[in-house]
Amino acid sequence: MSATTMQADAHAHDHSADDHHGPMKGWRRWVYATNHKDIGTMYLVFSLTMFLIGGFIAMLIRAELMRPGMQFLDPVRFNSFTTMHALVMIFGAVMPAFTGLANWMIPMQVGAPDMALPRMNNLSFWLLPFAFTLLLSTFLVSGGAPAGGWTLYPPLVLQTGDAFPMAIFAIHLMGASSIMGAINVIVTIMNMRAPGMTLLKMPLFTWTWLITAYLLIAVMPVLAGAVTMLLTDHYFGTTFFNAAGGGDPVMFQHIFWFFGHPEVYIMILPAFGIVSEIIPTFSRKPLFGYDAMVYATASIAFLSFIVWAHHMFTTGMPLVGEMFFMMSTMLIAIPTGVKVFNWTATMWKGSISFEPPMLFALSFLFLFTIGGFSGLMLAIVPADFQYQDTYFVVAHFHYVLVPGAVFSIMAAVYYWLPKWSGHMYNMKLAKWHFWLSTIFVNVLFFPQHFLGLAGMPRRIPDYNTQFADWNFISSIGGFGFGLSQLLFVYLVWRTVRGGEKASGKVWDDAAPHGLEWTLPSPAPYHSFEEAPEVK
Amino acid sequence: MSKNLKALACLAGVLLASPAFADWQLNMRPGVTELSRIAYDLHMRILWICVWIAIAVFGVMIYSLVKFRRSKGAVADTTLLHSTKVEVIWTVIPILILVVMAVPAARGLITDEDMSGADMTIKVTGYQWKWEYTYLDQNVDFFSTLARDSNAARITGSHINPYSVQNYLLDVDHPLVVPVGKKVRVLLTAGDVIHSWWVPAFGIKRDAIPGFVNETWFKAEKVGTYRGQCAELCGRDHGFMPIVVVVKTQADYDAWLKAQQAPPAEAAPANPAPAAT
Repeated sequence: MSATTMQADAHAHDHSADDHHGPMKGWRRWVYATNHKDIGTMYLVFSLTMFLIGGFIAMLIRAELMRPGMQFLDPVRFNSFTTMHALVMIFGAVMPAFTGLANWMIPMQVGAPDMALPRMNNLSFWLLPFAFTLLLSTFLVSGGAPAGGWTLYPPLVLQTGDAFPMAIFAIHLMGASSIMGAINVIVTIMNMRAPGMTLLKMPLFTWTWLITAYLLIAVMPVLAGAVTMLLTDHYFGTTFFNAAGGGDPVMFQHIFWFFGHPEVYIMILPAFGIVSEIIPTFSRKPLFGYDAMVYATASIAFLSFIVWAHHMFTTGMPLVGEMFFMMSTMLIAIPTGVKVFNWTATMWKGSISFEPPMLFALSFLFLFTIGGFSGLMLAIVPADFQYQDTYFVVAHFHYVLVPGAVFSIMAAVYYWLPKWSGHMYNMKLAKWHFWLSTIFVNVLFFPQHFLGLAGMPRRIPDYNTQFADWNFISSIGGFGFGLSQLLFVYLVWRTVRGGEKASGKVWDDAAPHGLEWTLPSPAPYHSFEEAPEVK
Repeated sequence: MSKNLKALACLAGVLLASPAFADWQLNMRPGVTELSRIAYDLHMRILWICVWIAIAVFGVMIYSLVKFRRSKGAVADTTLLHSTKVEVIWTVIPILILVVMAVPAARGLITDEDMSGADMTIKVTGYQWKWEYTYLDQNVDFFSTLARDSNAARITGSHINPYSVQNYLLDVDHPLVVPVGKKVRVLLTAGDVIHSWWVPAFGIKRDAIPGFVNETWFKAEKVGTYRGQCAELCGRDHGFMPIVVVVKTQADYDAWLKAQQAPPAEAAPANPAPAAT
């Protein structure tokens, strides 16, 4: 990595006299980093590391679930694995990956030299390694890692051992990091756009991130409040969530999901943005219905605040409440449908080619839509009484998060990596990675629909023999998917180290649109020294 | 113990019309109550609507991917930027489809939440990791925990083959017993953390929350044994607190209830011999 960015730096020096501060040497470059590309790189490397750790935990879970009977895990250890898998993947892998992409791409897409608040950017990243060291070290303390589920429902979560305050503090750090990242995105987009780039001329990735950043600022403090109340309930004798003291355990769920549902969209809106960049490029046609796409994103963001209790249909809400949250949840299908139709219409009468980023974007399009269908089914309250807390739900959210969010991140890496590193990657290997991932992800998650419908609850370490067959298939898919990702790690490492030189446009015969493609590859250390004119 | 198990297994085998524990099961089952049929019918309706939408949408996508391939010489029509007409169409049609889904869903939900006219009330209390069943005004109260042979087999490294255990992890020492065709109101609460009482064949799942009383209901239409599990993560043995409901004819139920109400000294174990049916 350093070699390529050195080149970038040299390039920057060539035509800029103001550039007094190229990257520092050695570790200082990373610890004192204020450059959006360096920080973006650190976010992405951190995210990949967490993806591998979270994936390793997931494979241990699938190993235990491969056959009925308790083979090698204690139930408490199993519960801590499901809890930590979720926390690591959500807060460690998916969210930092999108923040890393935002750091790299937003200044380049809006025609700015860097992010608006570079020092806060540094702090925002450097909180994360400490947060996750703290969180992962709970495996070593007495009582083990948190085992009450990533949703942290009291009173169960209050039974956590010494890990409890550590996990809460780690979540506070992650929240602070996310809020700072979001502030930076908003300030950059609002203040540093190139002349002529009105809001409705911004690339979709920038647009979706702007909306995501507002969601983050709105809900991360809500999570912080909820976990702080847990902390005071545990150590300071408050009874926010304890009925014996006049509190209410269900109130926690309301507060948590008021954070949690927008959080779901925090993890998917940037993915929509990425796909909206890639599909037009490889269809060689501008995005169909740009304005509608922006408005649909904003509608989804708004709706995300009024649907939270659909996670809680079995808690015994009043009939009116159930009706409201059922209907509002169903409404989400409309803007989401608009998006899917617009992507389809973009391909219509296009000239489509199948480079790796396009392949991942197409996989996203099909498989995310399947996750959308199961989401619609889950909205139907009487049916949800059967689906709730079963593997059907597990299948649903993994379809939207893995071939949804994670595939979009991979599509983004395959799309922009040559721009970042200046090198083209091995296409054949990337296509292998694509096909293995797409096949195994379905082998892994599709059978979980069947398990849920057959009556298997989620978060159980062992099951009746009637569930054995599909669990076996699902575990095979899990190992296959996990191992396939090693190809991705190898490919990224090789590309950063060297390879065929990429041109400025990278995808020359597709003529991609956007300011980032007007820069040379690799992009200069300070993206735009002089603001480009946008017509 | 094992006699009871065998008897229960016989009962299940004889009385259940369909083989409830077939492997490779793909879909939800209709169950034996009105509520489970509501859930099943809605599930199938929405599933088929989704399948038809998927065929249409994926069809257009696949057609585009095949027809407009660059490798086949397709040239992009870059004038196709937006069209108010199609955008209105693909906003309005989904709204109509949603209405088609929402109306029966709302109707089913109203039935789900109609607790009126109950014939009897049972209070269910969740504990880590067992259920307590209290028959209100009947002076009957007992705990229901995982059956002993399942409990031995599920210990990590027990080397007992789960396939050798009848109804592995889905059997209890004292099942809940209810009469057929009677509307049973279920009150739920918990003693420690949140649990969730779920019997798939009845189509009900409701959280048992400490300090609060939730309610739901069922009216089983067929005599038989029905199995479910706790559906809210409740700690170490969350996967090991199953629910078993035995539905008996009114006469058998009355006899069972009487045996339960007998003074403790003479009482048989709370679990009846289910051979009566």
